[in-house]
Amino acid sequence: MSGANDLTALTIAEAREGLAAKSFTAHELTSAYLAAIEKARVLNAYVIETPEKALAMAAESDRRLASGNARPLEGIPLGIKDLFCTEGVRSTACSNILGGFIPPYESTVTSQLWRDGAVMLGKLNCDEFAMGSSNETSAFGPVVNPWRRTGSNVGTNAGTLEGTALVPGGSSGGSAAAVAARLCAGATATDTGGSIRQPAAFTGTVGIKPTYGRCSRWGIVAFASSLDQAGPIARDVRDAAIMLRSMAGNDERDSTAVDTPVPDYEKALSGEVRGLTIGIPKEYRLDGMAPEIEALWQQGIAWLKEAGAKIVDISLPHTKYALPAYYIVAPAEASSNLARYDGVRYGLREQGGDITGMYEKTRARGFGKEVRRRIMIGTYVLSAGYYDAYYVKAQKIRTLIKRDFDLAFAAGVDAVLTPATPSSAFGIGEKGSADPVEMYLNDIFTVTVNMAGLPGIAIPAGLDAKGLPLALQLIGRPFAEETLFRCGDVIERAAGRFTPPAWWTP
Amino acid sequence: MNQIIKGATGDWELVVGMEVHAQVTSRSKLFSGASTVFGAEPNANVSLVDAAMPGMLPVINEECVRQAIRTGLGLKAAINNRSVFDRKNYFYPDLPQGYQISQYKSPIVGEGEVSLDLADGESVKIGIERLHLEQDAGKSLHDQHPTMSFVDLNRSGIALMEIVSRPDIRSTEQAKAYLTKMRTILRYLGTCDGDMEKGSMRADVNVSVRRKGDPKLGTRCEIKNVNSIRFVGQAIEYEARRQIGILEDGGKIDQETRLYDAGKGETRSMRSKEEAHDYRYFPDPDLLPLEFDDAYVENIRAALPELPDAKKARFIADYGLTPYDASVLTAEKETADYFEAAVTSGDKKRDAKQVANWINGDVAAFANSQNVSVSATHITPAQIASLVDLIAEGVISGKIAKDVLAILINEEKSADPREVVETRALRQVTDTGAIEAAIDQVIAASPDKVEQAKAKPTMLGWFVGQVMKQTGGKANPQTVNDILKAKLGI
Repeated sequence: MSGANDLTALTIAEAREGLAAKSFTAHELTSAYLAAIEKARVLNAYVIETPEKALAMAAESDRRLASGNARPLEGIPLGIKDLFCTEGVRSTACSNILGGFIPPYESTVTSQLWRDGAVMLGKLNCDEFAMGSSNETSAFGPVVNPWRRTGSNVGTNAGTLEGTALVPGGSSGGSAAAVAARLCAGATATDTGGSIRQPAAFTGTVGIKPTYGRCSRWGIVAFASSLDQAGPIARDVRDAAIMLRSMAGNDERDSTAVDTPVPDYEKALSGEVRGLTIGIPKEYRLDGMAPEIEALWQQGIAWLKEAGAKIVDISLPHTKYALPAYYIVAPAEASSNLARYDGVRYGLREQGGDITGMYEKTRARGFGKEVRRRIMIGTYVLSAGYYDAYYVKAQKIRTLIKRDFDLAFAAGVDAVLTPATPSSAFGIGEKGSADPVEMYLNDIFTVTVNMAGLPGIAIPAGLDAKGLPLALQLIGRPFAEETLFRCGDVIERAAGRFTPPAWWTP
Repeated sequence: MNQIIKGATGDWELVVGMEVHAQVTSRSKLFSGASTVFGAEPNANVSLVDAAMPGMLPVINEECVRQAIRTGLGLKAAINNRSVFDRKNYFYPDLPQGYQISQYKSPIVGEGEVSLDLADGESVKIGIERLHLEQDAGKSLHDQHPTMSFVDLNRSGIALMEIVSRPDIRSTEQAKAYLTKMRTILRYLGTCDGDMEKGSMRADVNVSVRRKGDPKLGTRCEIKNVNSIRFVGQAIEYEARRQIGILEDGGKIDQETRLYDAGKGETRSMRSKEEAHDYRYFPDPDLLPLEFDDAYVENIRAALPELPDAKKARFIADYGLTPYDASVLTAEKETADYFEAAVTSGDKKRDAKQVANWINGDVAAFANSQNVSVSATHITPAQIASLVDLIAEGVISGKIAKDVLAILINEEKSADPREVVETRALRQVTDTGAIEAAIDQVIAASPDKVEQAKAKPTMLGWFVGQVMKQTGGKANPQTVNDILKAKLGI
């Protein structure tokens, strides 16, 4: 190997091989990423870089590699979504209300990554409290998608942003952008309504939201507890499988984590889908859906069919109620989860004369517009007199959505194939400024999966006419992440991988 | 008996229901591993979960669940195999999460009852509506700084049982008896120490009044956080009079939350129904429904201690005690154990009634003077047993026994009464020769009295007294009587 850029081009699997073969050191690999991060600050993917920590961890990895005690992720440099609490490293959920909060504890998921030898490069930008589909609600400003529309003038002068830069999706926009731009080998992310899969789709990366309970939520800033789930965003299916193995597992500190063995997901990548039945839900065919999305879906069906899977048409009749129900359940839980940010114990405090004044000023100044909007929606739907009409009804819909999937799985469907998003990446400032629902519609294909607690994966499957990545989504049975990796791998082999040119490098 | 309160326009009846908040006896909090020890430095017993740090999650403490089930069984209540934790949302600085985790629609324990034995011998049953588990809040300290309030989170997250009674209580006496009995049951079970001074047990008291004979309930007021049984009585008395006053003046009662000011002896408004919080209850998504099977409950039931009602019945049946004595002895488990230890001390049977009399009499008086319970005095069950035995054996009289007890109390605190009797030569004189000599002396010294006694036999008592004086109280009173009668010819 020669040259720093070559090292950042490696997948996790390739880097693992290179480190094991002593083709390069963990120090060299980490240094290559640190250099790349420095040159890509215009993308605003990282909200804090931790080079000293990274180099110290890489040094330990080199010692381990030298002594033949390498752990599963030894020396692999990762970026961490700012929603994960990291001990001694500022963790803010990209909100002003958490100010300079430095946790004295490490989230379970990240501590498992460090246990397995990974190297921490820094914290990644995201929507404030993971509320958003474009990374535009972050207190640290929007993340720029490394992808540009064909003919765009963005980045014509290297290192500058002219014209309309695109969003990387959200809320895990920093994670997706950093993986796509090779600013980390892989990244942690979280998904409450599509926050892993939609940004993965917008950046040509692979993102999997595991089954609810597969990864511990302990130490991850909560958005909507019954929907939140951590997962990886990676360059390809294999890397996602490698990362998930380290991230997943039971945790006695999270009552909703599930005690079921974590398989070696890499072994699922057999290139073989013969015998699997793939369901195609008619309800995901929307009126006015872009022909490109429909074509992509048909292409995905064809690839799986060619590889030997059985394709069946299915119906998930309550799909259309998923988005409105989601925008009741998620804000309801959020309004309660975010009550702890009150200026009393940590984070921002604005003096206000008396306690009510302090609450009002602190929360008005600390929370951004979208977060305030969702707190108000959530407070409203839980209020006396509205609870039954909104929250209870939304929970009933949730049960029906889950039952739709249960029936399909009971009828023999192993996985469901859908588009991941209704469009490719849009421009910063283009959507949702007048009507928030315009932004919420981004999650139309992804929220059902969270509502039903199922695993879902986004796999890049092609480029649209604007030269931007599009993705397919596979939805699996509970704890059948292996099936998703297996099918995703087949799509990936057929579709190839998608990498943006590094226009941002000065 | 239903308490009737005389108003200016007629008789009124009192209706009371109570919500008892009892701190669960457990080493750690309801959803965190932090200690529950009382009296620690402010904020010493606070985990990341209790302080509601970002990303922290509650995990149920199984011991608290077992304690709630135990309590439910002790209240003869239905145990719900599935219950749900809800969030009760409101902002306050001593509530770090911005919500209290409680059980709203599906509590762990359902309907039960508590029997009360009242002083007039009447027995009433008070219905229990439910018992649920919930977190305590922290404490706001407003007197530590000129412009700021401080918050101590040591109590934040400690497990409480809220035990809700039906509005079955009809008098101040019943209300006090209910709280006393509740505390007795909780202490027997070991599920709450019942220490109201430390805030381990407190009560919200719902009070309403209605015209005597009116079947309809009146509008109630809730008096929050009353922290002693005496204050509960005072608060109800005051509140009932206040409500009657308003109603008799043609007014109506506003449903509201009130506070009892023990200093002024009055209740005052805290917030009206209109100002009541909308708590926006919803199931806590961080916790799964709490589920256990019947076997789990049965294992707990099998290990339950004997409860006060059963113990009292047994004391009456097995020891022949009066209901009153049995009630007094079983009010505290430690006293009941003390009694039984005294009855059976030294593997010997002795008169349980005598033991009860000593414990409820002289020992209880001493304990009261020390402001402790009988079992906490230095007088041991073995010492009581020995005293009773000495009397039964005729070694000492009852009167001397009291003197011996006084010696045990004040001087020889750990001595065996038998030794005290020996070393202090208190043994009853049964030697008839010695007694006869003493009697002869008394008779010889008072010939006039001898004549009087012959005419009036009740004068015998005077002679007995003189003889006892002569013998330092040690003469056997029966022997003295017999010989005196013979010698005086009466």
